[in-house]
Amino acid sequence: MATEIRPGADLPAVPTRPTIAPTSGRVPAAAPDPAPAARTTKIEARDLNLYYGSFRAVRDVTMDIPANKITAIIGPSGCGKSTFLRAFNRMHELAQGARMEGRILLDGVDIYDRSVDAVDLRRLVGMVFQRPNPFPTMSIYENVSAGLRLGGGHKPTNLDAIVEDCLTRAALWDEVKDHLGDPGTSLSGGQQQRLCIARALAVDPEVILMDEPASALDPIATLRIEELMLELRGSYTIVIVTHNMQQASRVSDQTAFFSMGEDRAGYLVEMGQTATIFTNPREQLTEDYISGRFG
Amino acid sequence: MTTLAPIGRLRGRTATRRADVVFRGSTRVFGGAVIATLGVVAAVLVVSSAPAWTRFGVDLITQTTWDPVRDVYGALPFIVGTLYAAAIALLIATPIGVLTAIFLSEFAPRRVAIPLTFTIELLAAIPSVVIGLWGIFVLSPFLRDTVDSWLIATLGWLPFFRGPSFGVGLGAAGVILAIMILPTIVSISREVLSSVPNSQREAMFGLGATRWEVAVKAVLPYARSGVVGAAILGLGRALGETMAVTMVIGNGQDIPVSIFDQAQTIASKIAVTFNEASGGFQTQSLVAIGLILLVMTLLLNVAARLLVSRAQRGPIR
Repeated sequence: MATEIRPGADLPAVPTRPTIAPTSGRVPAAAPDPAPAARTTKIEARDLNLYYGSFRAVRDVTMDIPANKITAIIGPSGCGKSTFLRAFNRMHELAQGARMEGRILLDGVDIYDRSVDAVDLRRLVGMVFQRPNPFPTMSIYENVSAGLRLGGGHKPTNLDAIVEDCLTRAALWDEVKDHLGDPGTSLSGGQQQRLCIARALAVDPEVILMDEPASALDPIATLRIEELMLELRGSYTIVIVTHNMQQASRVSDQTAFFSMGEDRAGYLVEMGQTATIFTNPREQLTEDYISGRFG
Repeated sequence: MTTLAPIGRLRGRTATRRADVVFRGSTRVFGGAVIATLGVVAAVLVVSSAPAWTRFGVDLITQTTWDPVRDVYGALPFIVGTLYAAAIALLIATPIGVLTAIFLSEFAPRRVAIPLTFTIELLAAIPSVVIGLWGIFVLSPFLRDTVDSWLIATLGWLPFFRGPSFGVGLGAAGVILAIMILPTIVSISREVLSSVPNSQREAMFGLGATRWEVAVKAVLPYARSGVVGAAILGLGRALGETMAVTMVIGNGQDIPVSIFDQAQTIASKIAVTFNEASGGFQTQSLVAIGLILLVMTLLLNVAARLLVSRAQRGPIR
């Protein structure tokens, strides 16, 4: 929920738009929140099916994403991991012919309910993409504050402080503080990706989706991103899709393993504590994948 | 056997290499021909206008009297008319064109965008004369009776909008030109906008942007150099367009101030006068203003391109 105070959430007050938090009144009345303070599940996917036209990319996935933990989604190429991730901030529906069945609840609120605006949702559920995608015509400063300058007019007065704070959290401040006016694309690939993380943090999300955030980076930059994720853990609910099993085992608390059925639709094979999945999986398929026998 | 095989393979390459040479040669010839054509045109213009330049010098550009009877030629009114009409056209066509392109690439569903794009490109296929006729019989009376009188009533205190309006004049020419350069601006802008990588749109969507914000804050800035390029190409056409302009500009001989003034562009002046030109320096002077038009177009193109490259930041083409 938006009003919850997160550990380490010392961002200066940002005037946010109406969110979809249960208190905002924009939520269907029938959304009882059983025990707000003790809620440990942030996102619930229920019988989720995702389609591109007639092609089913994800089949019948039911999954709970724990709050303020890192959940990794692993699996072979084309098994619908990214598609699944994109359903969480309703990015999936932007694709041509995309459609979904099932439900996704964020803090118990159905994010696909008609009363929920996808634009507001995406401020609560931020995203970091596979390739660093800073805005090339904007400076570093403008990139970080891009999200805060949306929504017409009233930009926060303490923009400088927010930019500094977000860059600090993204472990980039010391490297860029003396040239905030340089274009975002003047940075190295790893720095660009951390800039994109800072940009996502600036709109004060509660969930951060990461779609293979290090796959375009060299090992050292990858390591920095992983360290950063561990620092953000506890303050944010992070869901990361990754090809890299070592990465999943290094950073995540929970791991979900996806595979592809004969109809080429991705499905959830199993999900559990990362340590369990990597040492003692329940399913033979998972065992085969993590030991490198396929995928 | 083992040594023969590679030799056979090496021999086999000669045929393709010959084709390669022929291909390279012919592309060079044709590529060179384009540049040579421009060179020949420029040379002919310079040579045939030389007598006028030696007789009048810069007076050709700075003087305002174009009088075949006294055999005195100054083309300033036509130069101003050319720039004025092109400016009006660009001022009208750029915002409409860019907004249309944004609609086509970012908002319209495919089944709307494709036929609409095709229709707009068809607009470019309408012959200039036909547009000119439409300008005379439909557009000019319409402008005179509606827009012009309103402009005079509200902005008439500005010299640029001083009446009266006769329908035909600079304003009508500017509107006609705007219609004629619109397809260029729309289709090139649309292409440039569509080629903006989706990752840029997703980045903006991911921050909680609306579709409009994505288009204006992510897509348009990324594509701005291409959009400026589209406007430049439109401008190039607006400067040189002749027939339709000639028909609606009103053939005035003075430097235009108000958009309702009747004026003349360089191109329309040449078109109207050239056939009857004889004796004295008139023909050479007409060729001379043709040269001025060529130089103006080149300079504007170069200036605009410099502007684009300076505006560029980051890895955008």
